[in-house]
This record gives sequence, C-alpha cells and structure tokens, in this order.
Amino acid sequence: MALTGVQIFKLLPKTNCKKCGFPTCLAFAMKLAQRQAEISACPDVSEEAKATLGDASAPPVRGIMLGTGDKSVKMGEENVMFRHEKKFVNPCAIALNLSDTLSDDDLAARAVEVAASEIDRVGQKLRVDAVSVEFASGDAGKYADAVKLVADKAPEAAIILNCTDPQAVEAAVKVVAARKPMIYGADEGNLDAMVALAKEHKLILGVSADGIEAVMDLTRKAKEAGVDDIVIDTGAKTAKDIIEHNTQIRRSAIKKGVKELGYPVINNCMRDDTMVEANVAAVAIAKYASIILLNHIERWKNLALFTLRQNIYTDPQVPMQVPQKVYEISDPAADAPLLITTNFSLTYFIVAGEVENSKVPTRLAVMDCEGLSVLTAWAAGKFTANKIAQFINETEDFNAVSHKELVIPGQVAILSGALEDKLPGWKITVGPREANGLPAFLKNKTA
Amino acid sequence: MAYVIPKENFSGKVLEMTLGAGDKAAVVGGGSALPFHSFEGEGSTRPLIALEIQDVPPSDWPDEVKKQYSSVSDDPAGWAKYCQNDLGAKAVALRLVGTHPDRENRSVEDAVGTVKAVLDAVDVPLIILGSNHVEKDSQVLVAAAEAASGKNCVIGKAQEANYKTIVAAALANNHKLIAMSELDINLAKQLNILIGQMGFSSDRVLTDPMCSALGYGLEYTYSVMERIRLAALAQNDTTMQPPIVGDVGMYVWKIKEVMAPETDLPEWGAIEERGIAWESITATSLMVAGVNLLIMRHPKAVEGVNKTLDELT
Ligand code: SF4
Repeated sequence: MALTGVQIFKLLPKTNCKKCGFPTCLAFAMKLAQRQAEISACPDVSEEAKATLGDASAPPVRGIMLGTGDKSVKMGEENVMFRHEKKFVNPCAIALNLSDTLSDDDLAARAVEVAASEIDRVGQKLRVDAVSVEFASGDAGKYADAVKLVADKAPEAAIILNCTDPQAVEAAVKVVAARKPMIYGADEGNLDAMVALAKEHKLILGVSADGIEAVMDLTRKAKEAGVDDIVIDTGAKTAKDIIEHNTQIRRSAIKKGVKELGYPVINNCMRDDTMVEANVAAVAIAKYASIILLNHIERWKNLALFTLRQNIYTDPQVPMQVPQKVYEISDPAADAPLLITTNFSLTYFIVAGEVENSKVPTRLAVMDCEGLSVLTAWAAGKFTANKIAQFINETEDFNAVSHKELVIPGQVAILSGALEDKLPGWKITVGPREANGLPAFLKNKTA
Repeated sequence: MAYVIPKENFSGKVLEMTLGAGDKAAVVGGGSALPFHSFEGEGSTRPLIALEIQDVPPSDWPDEVKKQYSSVSDDPAGWAKYCQNDLGAKAVALRLVGTHPDRENRSVEDAVGTVKAVLDAVDVPLIILGSNHVEKDSQVLVAAAEAASGKNCVIGKAQEANYKTIVAAALANNHKLIAMSELDINLAKQLNILIGQMGFSSDRVLTDPMCSALGYGLEYTYSVMERIRLAALAQNDTTMQPPIVGDVGMYVWKIKEVMAPETDLPEWGAIEERGIAWESITATSLMVAGVNLLIMRHPKAVEGVNKTLDELT
C-alpha cells in the first residue's frame, strides 16, 4: 500500500544533498508520496530502501517504453479518470496488425504504409507507432521470416509479436532482438514459457485472458516470476467491452491501488468495416487504451485518429495557443483584407476556417493574448487599443500590405475610436460579432 | 485476491423525455450511470440521431455531403421524407438557416410555411432550429413553435440573449427546448436555471454546451459534456440533468479536413471517407462523453455511428 511522505522520508539518506532536484530529502519524499517523482532520481538511496519504495512510489499505472530509438513511445503513467482533472499523460500507440499468411509482397507493402504514415498536424509529427505480426500460418519459420520482413520495411516502428506459440515467438525474437519486440501472446496455457522469453530478452509481455479477473491472475504470476513490463489484454470484443474493461482497470489501478491491474492496456479494434473500426478505435483512444490494433490504416483514418489522440491528450489547464504572426489565407495579394484576432487556438481555428470558407484571400493577424479568446482578452486588458496599436506598429509582416485598413472583431467594436487615435493613418473597420458572419462580410467587402 | 468490480453508485440521474408524437415518437436521456457503463447501473437510452435538413438548398455545404441530397434538397418536405423513408432517420432536424439576414433573409411567414410542410411530410420527431441570429431567431422560432403546436417538437436554440421569447413559445405550445451556451459548464448551468425560473420544467430542456469538430476544439466540448454528466450523476445537480445535444454536422462540414481534395493534400487520403470519418468520429467521441441527441449530415457517417452503437449498447 502507499506510504506517507514521512514514512518515505525515513528511508532516504537524509543528507539534503539536492541531487534529486529537490531542496531537501523531505521535499523529495513528499513528491514521492504524491507519485510526482521517481525514486531513481536520488542516486544515494540504499538498495533496501529502493525495494521498499519501488512498490510504494511506483505510479499507479506502470510506465513502459514501446519500441526503440527516436520513435519509441511511452505508455502508462496515468493518474486520473477524466481529462479535465489533469492531463492524460502518454498517448495511445496505434498499431497495424498483419497476418503472417500474407504474401511477401503484401507484407512489405503494408509495412511500408506504416513507415510512410507520418503526418504533421499543428506542429506535431504523428504516425502509426507500431506494427503487429499475427501468427496464423502455424509455421514458426515462416513467422520469423514475416516478422523480419515487416521489421525491415518499417524500420522505426515498434514491433508486436502477436503470437501464442512460444517456439514461434522465440524464432521471431531472434531475428528482431535489437528492436525489443513486445511479446503479445502470454495466456493461461503458455505463461511459463512466455515469461521465460520475456525475461531472457528483457521484453514487454502482453498477457491475454478472458475478462479482468482472469487477466489479474496472469499479471500477478508474471510479476512474481520476474517480469516487470506487462501489457493487459482482457479480450474485449465489443466497443462496450472496451469501455467497461478499460474503465474498471483504470479505476482499480488508480483509485483502489490494485497492483495487478496497474499496467497499460491493449485493445483489439480490428473490424471488417473500416469506418466502424475507426469509430471503435476512437472509443478506445478516448477510454484509456495504451495500444490499439487496427486492420486498415488508410491515410484518412490515420489523420482522424491522430487528431483525436492529440485532442484527448491535450493539457486541459493550458489554453491552447497558436503563434503570434500574420497568417496568409488563400494566397492574399497586397490589397487583400486584413483582419485581427487573438491567439486562442479555438478562436484562430474558427476564424481561419470561416475565412477559408469565404474563399476570399485574406491576411489574418493573430496577436499574442496568452491564449485568451477575444472578449476575455479584452476584459483582461490584453487586447486593448494600446496593445493592438503596438502590435501593428512593431510587426514587420505588414510590409507586404498595400493598404491601411484593419478589421477588428465585432465583439470589440468599442475599440475602433481609440484605435484610430492610436494608429494615425489607419482606417479601423468593425467586422462581424461572430466568425460565421465572416464569409458574407468578406465577400461583400471585396465585391 | 478476488477481483472486486470498482463500481460508482450515483445518486443523480439523466432526465428522460419523449420527443415527437405518435408511433414514431422517440425517447432520449434517462439512466443513472455514465455513458455505456452498464456494469454499474442503467445507462441512458440509445442516443437518438437526427439527420439535418435546411429550409434552403445547402449551398454552403461541401460537395461530399451536398451531393448526398442533390435530388431532394431544393424542397424541404421532400428532403425530410427522403431522410425518414429512404435513409431510415429516426428524427429530422430542420435548420431554418435561410432566415438569417446575411443569407436569404427569408421571412417569418416563409419559415412557418416550411415548418408546416415538413411536419406534414414526416412523422418522426422534428427538431426546429433557427439560423443562430439572436434577434431573428426570437421571431422565427416563436412563430415556428406556434405552427408546430401539439407535435412535441424540439425548438432551438435558446441562448442567453434571446431565451425569454423562445422559452415562452415552447412553453405555450408544449415543445421541448434546446438551451445553448458556449463551452462552459457554468454558463450551461446558469442558462438552465434562468429557463427554470420562467416556469419551464427541466424535464423538457436539452442542453447544448456547443459542439466542436474533431481537431477544432473537440476536447473542450468533450470535457464540458463529461463534466455536465458527472455533475448530473455524482453531484445530483438537477440543473445539469437534461439530456445533452451534439450539433455535430454543422461544425464538421465546414473545416478544411472535409473539403481539401486529395490532389492538394495526398497525405490526408481519400476525401470521401475522410469527411465521413470526421463526422462519425466526432459523433462517436461525444457519445462516449455523454451526448443523447446527435444532429448529423452525412448518411454514411450516421450508418457508421449506428453500427458502432450496436456494439456499444
Ligand atoms: S538526492 Fe537523495 S539524499 Fe540528496 S536530497 Fe535528494 S533525496 Fe536527499
């Protein structure tokens, strides 16, 4: 069970040497008790204390790295049930599942889809993180060949060995050992052999059973046998199972301290109907999955699922912001209309979207207001005539503009007089109150 | 150690209400567990999906969704019938967008004519939406509510700036009401309280905390909806117990991801599936957060959501 800060403090060296990054051992102990620090940050702690604390200070859901190198992804370490409470920490990994019965050409082509899946979205590079190779051929040699081929064609993806046959796993591990593949195939029948392989090669072990109670039994045994990095599969078959199982597992781990369930979860979202697969994947991403397996990774689906994952894992405390600059929409000429708004990302997205809809080439000046929306920024004194005037005077991006007319949001119409005073030579025009009035406004303006 | 299912027993509930009249009336809301958590209590009834139609041809809809209705969209009654009879819609949402002064600026009388024609054409529940112009809506929706008297429609959206007239009209003509606020649980609560103070019973209100599309603020809508649901169930906050509306289609079918052709952005993939997936995933995520009534546009997105619901319920 969890230790208190004072109990933990008693086990620390008490030298206050600050190497952990905290001013005192006690401060560090308090952070450990809140699970906001890791014991490994103290270099001088005794092995004995580490063993006692290891358990108590471990985050409720174990953090595990999937894959190797730059593109590896962290899983687990979650602390809350709802994203408004605190940021969800480690985004769900997306994996394509391929059967080893596919022809070499198909395997290669589909592995290349994974390798080429990267998309840039609002400054983040997003991709399909892993490829899972399913043992369906019944032939260990063929399986190892398929795994090797896929690993070569998707050289940066994490590898998941979706296989319940220890011999086939062993053959595959040999050919891709350097990639640290995850073994996804321990079950009641093969646990000992799979545990031995995971330990020998220091690999993540995925354990599968039918339901939560059954899987707990296996995670306990695997842990007792010395495997630390475990991923849970409860055999969730429907989207409803995914929500119910994942919710119970997350709740048990973080609210009840059930150690056997304090691991990342893998969900099979594979469906014949690719649109249903996309929706089921969305359910899993929203509801606590750490790895999802898919049958199809069309580009449109990747874009949608990457975007959802990004949305769900956004920090709810930090207002989303876009960089301050003059955005050029639809290739504006020098005389194109010039609008101004604040840098709250939702404001920006909505305004930019409406401008784009209008098909009228336009410049949109986005001013840094610490991520506040127009009215809030105005009320907070960050979107005032003075500040706007200063921004306009200091921004060199206006060199490309041949006119001096600035359109301000209708919600701050009140600023127009003061702005004309502060910006001699500029004409201030009041735009619509709501962004959805922009297409009509812009069309009218350039007609 | 035996496994103990970690259940949360909530004292609150989601209000249940019937929309429409006759055989095709539908029930939304109800239940006292979080969405799709049947292991710990009874959840809400299956979310109802309304297909959206408009009083004027959807000139502002992107091609991918506009073409689904090209044979019917110049006639609202025919369009509504097509949704009900050919597409199997369980509800229809008529958006009187043509009344907006910046659009066709149709008159109140014209709007009333459209409402009557659509009511005559279908017998599934009808949701009557304004053009989101605060002043015009308070005229249009009042007249529409009168014209639809006795049909137990959903009238919306009442906002802080115009709720009084719209609430009065829904009250006088026995309709349900959508109360809309902007992405803030406190504003949603406050509006529901103001509406309650007019003598409008909360079991006739639906809350619209403002929708957002995937990638365009979905996380805000998602979390506001989750918080509303938790307030209703865990804190038994009666002002937060009305069913939740997700007006998904209009937020999705205007963003770049549903319009940019594959030739411009090959890395985004096929435009047809991209648009359908965008609407369908937005809707699915919001159902997980607590939506009870969805308003959508693309028939294939609705089909995808329905198949997913078959797995969820
Ligand atoms: S590094 Fe260890 S010994 Fe040094 S202050 Fe931190 S907890 Fe104390």
